[in-house]
Amino acid sequence: MGIINKSRIKSPWLLHYDGSSCNGCDIEILACLTPVYDVERFGIINTGNPKHADILLITGGVNNRAARVVKNLYEQMPEPKVVVAVGACACTGGIFHDCYNMLGGINKVIPVDVYVPGCAARPEAIIDGVVEALKVLEIKTAKEVAV
Amino acid sequence: MNQLIIALLVIIIAPVLGGLLSGVDRVLTARMQGRVGPPVLQPFYDVFKLLGKEPIAFNQRQIMWALGYLALMIASLLIFCLGGDLLIIVFTMAFAAVSFILGGFSVKSPYSHIGSQRELLQMLAYEPVLILLAIGVYMQTGSFMVGNLFKQSTPLLVSMPLILIALIIILTIKMRKSPFDLSTSHHGHQELIKGITTEYSGPYLALIEVTHWYELILVLGLVAMFWLQPIWVGILLALVAFFIELVIDNICARLTWDWMLKVTWSSGIILCLINLGIIYVQGKGGM
Repeated sequence: MGIINKSRIKSPWLLHYDGSSCNGCDIEILACLTPVYDVERFGIINTGNPKHADILLITGGVNNRAARVVKNLYEQMPEPKVVVAVGACACTGGIFHDCYNMLGGINKVIPVDVYVPGCAARPEAIIDGVVEALKVLEIKTAKEVAV
Repeated sequence: MNQLIIALLVIIIAPVLGGLLSGVDRVLTARMQGRVGPPVLQPFYDVFKLLGKEPIAFNQRQIMWALGYLALMIASLLIFCLGGDLLIIVFTMAFAAVSFILGGFSVKSPYSHIGSQRELLQMLAYEPVLILLAIGVYMQTGSFMVGNLFKQSTPLLVSMPLILIALIIILTIKMRKSPFDLSTSHHGHQELIKGITTEYSGPYLALIEVTHWYELILVLGLVAMFWLQPIWVGILLALVAFFIELVIDNICARLTWDWMLKVTWSSGIILCLINLGIIYVQGKGGM
């Protein structure tokens, strides 16, 4: 494993986007950054800029209005990138799945790599999801090398 | 030949030291905030990861200015380490900062433009103090050359203590620390404050990160310059200044740009001028 691949796993920068969430999962994501959970231990930084990010964390399902934004954010992120759907709504649409304006989970718009269930997803679960995402990133970069 | 070896050593060792220092910075900052913090090597992981990412740039100019920023910063560090002219160092540093600003202006993003304008204001704030520092060195030693300082028996700190305080004030701006981290910051990644680096991604962001390491070593070198005989006291002085900056960073909120100008122009320039006045009067008395 080269030094760049090793660094990819050691330094995942997050982009957090609220699709159409009730804000429950968003607060849990922000809780991960507090001294109690301190995700900077893993080199994780909440960037808020798609051009700097490696991992896209999306909360809430996708509605007609947010679909465009989610696609745009995903396309602005440089490769290699991973998408994590946080919370029941982001995974499947959750309790909003029947609404007239909902498309459903994030995977209706962009490819999702890791699903973190829960309503709201607990900070421990979110950190676990990001660590799983790092494994996906590892597999993705290994494939890149093979090709 | 000897100078060539020193130059090569500086180009290789400076980023390693700068990266380590910024890693120590992140760990210490985390400890001050009651967190565990990332590993000390984290800045290197970040840069290597960024180098491996897909290169996306808006236009050729953006890449050119990022490279210019790196090249000019290395040039000013080389002039410093080879004992060159202090005025030329100040001007080369200014030109490096101008490349960075033009890089921010070369894209259409409004965030990038706001960051660039703030960087211009920062230059306006710190340049006078750097120039006055060079003038102070000239008045004390009769030469702008950094190499000449090694021949002085008494360290600069004895004659220029107020200028050192002014330098520590502007060090906050140069190290991009609160309260004056206006154009781009180590914290607040999801804010407007990411400004000037907003449109840089992947390898180009890595270039800017490496340039910051060179810059950190250069500005700490300017502090170390105040005590060159023996040199370890100067290095200790620079590390103490580095630690003071971290403490200031963690106890201060970010201020607006007019506060930055008020503080650096009032206290910074006045401290420098008082010190220059004292050196002048003493010089007269000596004659």
